[in-house]
Amino acid sequence: MTQTGPAATAGPSPLTERRGFGDRGFQALALIAGLLVLVVLVLIAVSTAQQSVSWFSTSGLNGIFSTHWDPASNRFGAMAFVYGTVISSVIAIIIAVPISIGVSLLLTQVVPGKIARPIVYVIDLLAVVPSVVWGLWGILVLAPWLQGIYGSISSGVNGIPVLDSLFGGPSTDGSSFFTAGIVLAIMVTPIITSLAREVIATVPAIDKEGAYALGATRWEMIRGAVWPHSQGGVVGAVLVGFGRAMGETMAAALVIGASAQVTSHLFYTGYSIPAVIANQFGEAAGTMRSALIGLGLFLFAITIVINLVARGIVERSARRARGA
Amino acid sequence: MAKLEVPETVKDKAAAEPGNPVFDVRDVSTYYGNFKAVKNVSLTIHENEVTAFIGPSGCGKTTVLRTLNRMNDLIPGARVEGDITYRGQSLYAKQVSPTAVRRRIGMVFQKANPFPKSIYDNVAYGPRINGIRKKSDLDGIVERSLKQAALWDEVKNRLNKSALGMSGGQQQRLCIARTLAVEPDVVLMDEPCSALDPIATGRIEDLMQEIKSQYTIVIVTHNMQQATRVSDRTAFYSVERNEESDTRTGVLVEYDQTAKIFENPSNPLTGDYVTGRMG
Repeated sequence: MTQTGPAATAGPSPLTERRGFGDRGFQALALIAGLLVLVVLVLIAVSTAQQSVSWFSTSGLNGIFSTHWDPASNRFGAMAFVYGTVISSVIAIIIAVPISIGVSLLLTQVVPGKIARPIVYVIDLLAVVPSVVWGLWGILVLAPWLQGIYGSISSGVNGIPVLDSLFGGPSTDGSSFFTAGIVLAIMVTPIITSLAREVIATVPAIDKEGAYALGATRWEMIRGAVWPHSQGGVVGAVLVGFGRAMGETMAAALVIGASAQVTSHLFYTGYSIPAVIANQFGEAAGTMRSALIGLGLFLFAITIVINLVARGIVERSARRARGA
Repeated sequence: MAKLEVPETVKDKAAAEPGNPVFDVRDVSTYYGNFKAVKNVSLTIHENEVTAFIGPSGCGKTTVLRTLNRMNDLIPGARVEGDITYRGQSLYAKQVSPTAVRRRIGMVFQKANPFPKSIYDNVAYGPRINGIRKKSDLDGIVERSLKQAALWDEVKNRLNKSALGMSGGQQQRLCIARTLAVEPDVVLMDEPCSALDPIATGRIEDLMQEIKSQYTIVIVTHNMQQATRVSDRTAFYSVERNEESDTRTGVLVEYDQTAKIFENPSNPLTGDYVTGRMG
């Protein structure tokens, strides 16, 4: 590298080159950072698993997979929390997904960029509202307001087979699986919207023109050209939102009602994994502490599974789109 | 560069009586915002003929093509002045629906743009949005369209495979099949072969000759040999520079039978271009 110019080289210049400090330094940095992520993940998994061992050994499988949580009598069943977490998140996703996809289609396909930009800005702003704020709003404003609505729905469905067991009374103070679902829906909508919008915005204009050139209306164009292009990414966005909803702590802790039970009644109070950890970890000791850490491990496992499923779906649809 | 030979077959056809007028373009100018892309274009496009638009880059040939099926409506700020009549109806009249226009006047693009769906679903997309739902009807349309596009034998055993797994030339023929599936009256082609090798190009040119008895075709091409091979009439566009505003506006220089344009043009600009002295 020091030999430049025709005078310095007698024969052809060598084809080898010593890579500079920047190159090697960057490679080392990237390698360390990558390994660090793995190491931290493994350490978290190992240490939480270690600390929850006493829960596993004292409760046994039957104890863990029971719905009975009663620290006073040393019963630490996890399933009421798993149930509450999944149910409230499923409600959140059912509410949030149509709204998110609708908004992202509106912003990318319907309104012109000049109008869309400020809306995007506001939506992104919603995503950064601290979750405790949503929780307080949920418990102070939303829940009292919903209480009356729950009451009238409950009396309306009284005696109707399936609906009664879903929406029947008696009504609570407004905290419930469903209230938690609504608050979580509001929290994950901006995230899903943002991710879905970015995916949908990558649909090539030429593909959309192809549909229009066949006489498609805007809706037909969206179904024919936009959707097949972005379905994998949108499913991924939905699952990211699902993961967020399940892991959400403060908001759920404030509005879900803090009673560990498994029931089909969505207007009843429930409990979720992050909420019980946040509420009870402070005064927990011994097996109870170990059980709460173990619950954390449960949540960790569930979110990993969901992420793997999401990845699988996205990759499968990408492969299909490539034509394999 | 010597003058291009115009094949005898094309000469014969060009000498025949012109078909019914399909498009009557009168004094059309197209703007993108304040930018005047093409000005004062007037020409008549005839039934069952292939009309080629040639000219250097930026001369507005694609813009004119896209005004013919209102594709430019999709570009924010695009605006058309003047009058385009399609089979006696004003194309830009208020009550005319752009989607109805595009169902009659299809378009094939420069870059093959099949949907990321199966070959079958690509061809069936247009008929489906036109309300055809019956499987047996769709099967028939798919087979007929793929045969018309000379693609049936190559894909009949993998209709349910993704269209994106095909070669570039096959994808472009699929896009033609997809356009033909809605049985349009006119097929507009915007440099359909510019990304293809000579063999694939030859297939598409043959295809155009075969289908022109049923359709009216307008093709934009950068390839002058292609224009001589496939077209009955040729429109030569050029660029006019506006020194004051430093903008370039496309103009139609000459429109005539292809043989005339290439062998005995009236305008010296055309002669310079087709013999390679300019552009």
